[in-house]
Amino acid sequence: MTAHSHLPNPVVTACPYCGVGCGVIASVDVGGQVTIAGDPAHPANRGRLCVKGSALGETVSLEGRLLHPMIRSRSGTMERVGWGTALDAVAEAFSRTAREHGPDATAFYLSGQLLTEDYYVANKLMKGFVGTANVDTNSRLCMASSVAGHRRGFGSDTVPGSYDDLDTADLLVLVGSNAAWCHPILWQRMVANKAARGAKIVVVDPRRTATSADADLMLAVQPGMDGALFSGLLVHLAEAGAIDRAYVEAHVDGFEEALERAREIAPTVAATARACGLAENDVRALFDWFRTRDKVVTLYSQGVNQSAQGTDKVSAILNCHLATGRIGRAGMGPFSLTGQPNAMGGREVGGLANMLAAHMGFSASEVDRVRRFWAAPRMAMSEGLKAVPMFDAIEAGAVRALWVMATNPAVSLPKADHVRHALGRLDHFIVSEVVLSNDTVNSGAHILLPAAAWGEKDGTVTNSERRITRQRPFLPLPGEAKPDWWIVAEVAKRMGFAEAFSWDNAAAVFREHAALSAFENRGARDFDIGGLAMVSDAEFDALRPVQWPVRSVRDTADKRFFADGRFFTADGRARMIAIAPPALKAEADESRPFLLNTGRVRDHWHTMTRTGRAPTLGRHIVEPFAEMHPEDAAAAGIAAGDFIRIETDYGEATLRAVLSEGQARGAVFAPIHWSGETAGSARVGALVQPFTDPYSGQPEMKATPASLTRVETRVEGFVLSRGPVALPDGLRWARVAVEGGVGTVLASDQPVDGRPLAEALAGRGGTITEMTDAARGIYRAAVFRDGNLEAVLFLALDGRPSWNWIETQFGLKDLSPAARRALLSGRSPEGIADAGPTVCACFAVGLTTIRDAIAAGACDVEAVGRALKAGTNCGSCRPEIKKLIEAEAKLVPA
Amino acid sequence: MSEPLVVIGNGMAAARFCENLGKEALGRYSVLVVGAEPTLAYNRVLLSSVLAGEIAREETELKPRQWWERQGVTLVYGRRAVSIDRERQVVLLEGGARLPYAKLVLATGSHPIRLPKPGMDLPGVVTFRDHDDVSAMLAAASPATRAVVIGGGLLGIEAAYGLALTGTRVTLIHLMDRLMERQLDSEAAAMLKAALEARGITVLLGADTAAIEGDGCVESVLLADGRRLAADMVVSAVGIRANADLARAAGLAVNRGVVVDDQLATLDPAIHAIGECAEHRGTCYGLVEPAYQQGAALARHLAGKSATYAGSVLSTNLKVSGVPVFSAGDFVGEPGTEVIVWRDPGLGTYRKLVIRDDVLAGAILFGETSDALWYLDLIREGRPLGRLRDAVVFGQALAEAA
Repeated sequence: MTAHSHLPNPVVTACPYCGVGCGVIASVDVGGQVTIAGDPAHPANRGRLCVKGSALGETVSLEGRLLHPMIRSRSGTMERVGWGTALDAVAEAFSRTAREHGPDATAFYLSGQLLTEDYYVANKLMKGFVGTANVDTNSRLCMASSVAGHRRGFGSDTVPGSYDDLDTADLLVLVGSNAAWCHPILWQRMVANKAARGAKIVVVDPRRTATSADADLMLAVQPGMDGALFSGLLVHLAEAGAIDRAYVEAHVDGFEEALERAREIAPTVAATARACGLAENDVRALFDWFRTRDKVVTLYSQGVNQSAQGTDKVSAILNCHLATGRIGRAGMGPFSLTGQPNAMGGREVGGLANMLAAHMGFSASEVDRVRRFWAAPRMAMSEGLKAVPMFDAIEAGAVRALWVMATNPAVSLPKADHVRHALGRLDHFIVSEVVLSNDTVNSGAHILLPAAAWGEKDGTVTNSERRITRQRPFLPLPGEAKPDWWIVAEVAKRMGFAEAFSWDNAAAVFREHAALSAFENRGARDFDIGGLAMVSDAEFDALRPVQWPVRSVRDTADKRFFADGRFFTADGRARMIAIAPPALKAEADESRPFLLNTGRVRDHWHTMTRTGRAPTLGRHIVEPFAEMHPEDAAAAGIAAGDFIRIETDYGEATLRAVLSEGQARGAVFAPIHWSGETAGSARVGALVQPFTDPYSGQPEMKATPASLTRVETRVEGFVLSRGPVALPDGLRWARVAVEGGVGTVLASDQPVDGRPLAEALAGRGGTITEMTDAARGIYRAAVFRDGNLEAVLFLALDGRPSWNWIETQFGLKDLSPAARRALLSGRSPEGIADAGPTVCACFAVGLTTIRDAIAAGACDVEAVGRALKAGTNCGSCRPEIKKLIEAEAKLVPA
Repeated sequence: MSEPLVVIGNGMAAARFCENLGKEALGRYSVLVVGAEPTLAYNRVLLSSVLAGEIAREETELKPRQWWERQGVTLVYGRRAVSIDRERQVVLLEGGARLPYAKLVLATGSHPIRLPKPGMDLPGVVTFRDHDDVSAMLAAASPATRAVVIGGGLLGIEAAYGLALTGTRVTLIHLMDRLMERQLDSEAAAMLKAALEARGITVLLGADTAAIEGDGCVESVLLADGRRLAADMVVSAVGIRANADLARAAGLAVNRGVVVDDQLATLDPAIHAIGECAEHRGTCYGLVEPAYQQGAALARHLAGKSATYAGSVLSTNLKVSGVPVFSAGDFVGEPGTEVIVWRDPGLGTYRKLVIRDDVLAGAILFGETSDALWYLDLIREGRPLGRLRDAVVFGQALAEAA
């Protein structure tokens, strides 16, 4: 990779991780090294970056990159083909499947990592030209419940507020959000508010997290009971006279019904506390703070969304804000924190099976409007398959052609092993990807299409506060990689839709998208960026972060929704919702006594295809784990660091046990990031139940009944290698990026013979340095090739060897002699004087030591002997010492 | 009036003894040293360096003449002692001189062993013991010369190495299946073999010498398996035998060497023995360090101070043909012991530690020996390794770093 003169440098762009949507400045030096800094001008982060964003420069190498279109040959191998061949094949697959089995036998599964332009083109092709709404996305797993809750309450999928509200709120309630790890930049703004203004922070979460550590109040709510808490709050607000009667009367329907239902669920503080498993005082504290502080922002994330009652949970929160009129004004409102860089953009184009386009649904008039705008020949007339049922339909053979873009459903979906299996049944399985290998690609993809990656992509994303930010390229497209929008458009052309899919660039796509948002809108729809529909290519290039709506060219100021009480329902009034009584879809029982909670860790993101490349990000948490309460562990005979097998009705995984008082009794938490690429048995998605929310279709991923058993471990160890290594069957393993290569953690319940492993690492031409302590089951080896360190292997019978110091050496170009000698000890030789090669064997005096003594004035062999004893026993080194003295004398000017 | 003390032998043990006696009790004895070799005491370990041309013969001198004079030691060298009259406490010299003694120290060293095979007396067969041997070898050495060195112990290897550096074409033959089998295990021995071969020396193991052949002078070495090695020179370096002839003739107890007790005294309390000629607790040491330890202990004892020599832990700690090698204790690794091995073929290093009941019992270091003395201490002290065990094989600094 080298800096390319035709690309500006540095480039202002947006981070590809969470929904905070931070601005970043990327610089490429002459050596191709990418440096990342926060963009001080971006309103989301004002120059700050979290550790993931800061480490983006470590993630842009082309290692493992898919660089050419590939098609599975008759023999089953993937073979490189030209773009023409690949695009023809995709077009033929979708055309023929739609023709022979109907449009609904085809589907797209998209991603919040796609740019808005990519999303728009894909959505348009399916919903207007193939004629199916089978376009769903990993956003279904992320914030579909927020979408459904917003639409039900506001008549539109609107996040009413702005990040600025986090700076000015007096109370910040985080529900099901570990913002400290998952949205760190926003969390820093909240903490700053607390420090500067004394804002209170309340965290509602079944587990104690890094977020709750900084909270004023931590409510460790029972899983699934968030709705009861907010029902109790609504009752409390009503009884304490804290309802904004005027606002409700003027703008909100459903208050009485919602309140009545809330009273059934949580009539008193005591009942609320009981239902939620909380102390009454804590519940009262939240209620009091909420009642007495006008400026309240309630932030919610996956703990609310990923639930079979996620939509109701969202509604329970919105109810409290609507009833108090605390919405759309500075420092207040409900705030959905999205997990993906462009979840919001996907929602804007309608890239969900239950949305049509530009925040329009499937009413006859909306379908007709979009048809006219697109001049579409075959409109989807009704909602398509949402993610979970989509993959069920694939398994059942109803969907026969699938195109996955920029996501890894074989890892991330519930019952992911079933998904993997289902993918193998498709007639046509197309994947647009940046990597050559991941669990989805490896589930039997027929056609691989090399897509542009972050740093190469050109277009827009929208963050959680409705702010559209340009993603700009600072790296050239590698190999034959192409932007996703271009790939889809080329397929559309080959399917006979050239006229509707001929854009010159991303800007042209964006203009069409913007125009559609304004088409026959006239204020009827929240999403309107008509003011951007006429931007020139140059203006698009220069587009500064802007919050929608942008209804006219000059309408670029930041804004909030709903302070005026005008909602986007047919009658313009908001709806409070009578929610269903809170309950989990499946409860723990004797055979599955634990509830498996899933989530993220601080330094990884999604399935690690990007963060897994950054050594900086691999150090925080090296391997997949399952966290549980120490007393639960003790009862099950599990010690910290043991391996446990977690089983659910859907799958199993074997993970390292981490014990923490922060977990509730009966709960076990496992992160979602590891896949078949990065660990032997840590596909946590495979454990997750498929039950979904009736409105949003979002699955309940945080409360799957599970059982645990301790797994015997005899041998533990690791491999550091320059690239991924093949391991013998039966080894438990997990892989992480380290300085200079890959670190693989190993464990086994069987003895492991280290020597063959080392030989495999050495291959031909490698020399093995090794250390064995058979009595302790210790085997350590380092592989050198042409004097360069290639790999390190450590195995031990008990205890977990650490690579901490070795990794620092693995990243260096050259290993010092002292480091090489210390390598297999795993201990740093720093501070240990290096005596150099031994000269006097009798008294173990080294060359360096003797030279030092000579320099210090020992002018003959006898003097050296007096100073160091060197040469005073057998005397065989005396000639050598004499030569050293003579050599030293030559260096000293006469 | 000082008591007369006579030392027979003018080698390394004698020199160290005299040096120590000077420190412990200067003037108490009137010391006279008799040496058969016509030179000042020299460092025999350096003979291979002389052979290799690395140093001049003079540089092997242990102490200059003036030093001996300052010590008040009378040197009688180039004269052989022929008998001891214990009754009269007199040593008889070649040529008839009589040296009375109050104390007599035998430091007569050892003889090279000549194999009892035909042809060992042919011209061109040399041993490797003293300056004369080195001179003989140097006189014959040339790139056209084919030398066969018999004996793959330390001595033979040094001879082979030194000769190889003169350009002589050297074949080293050894009866056993590995070099230095008493100091090295098979892996270290194999590394040593490779190091010698890298210097152009041909090494034949399991090679049993049947005869030296030649018409008037050496022409070849015949092996028991019938192989015949052409040779212009044969160096016999198959071992040494304690030189106890005088003691035996004087009626002292002699097994393999002159039997001494923990004060290095023979049956006759006026006569002591140190160095290679002495047999202490059943052991004749063929290395310099025990000789030095014995010399030091005897000097203390004769100075009237309490001194006990309890034997030396057998250790080898030197450079073999330029490669540092250390071995000590039980390095084999019998059942019931635990073995830690660390090898880095790239650096040409190898370490093997043998541990019994958490105590270091033996060690071999090859190629890199900076921690040798630490291991030797651990073996000698016999203290449990405890937490040192984790990184003990990586040496003192890392083991103690933890």
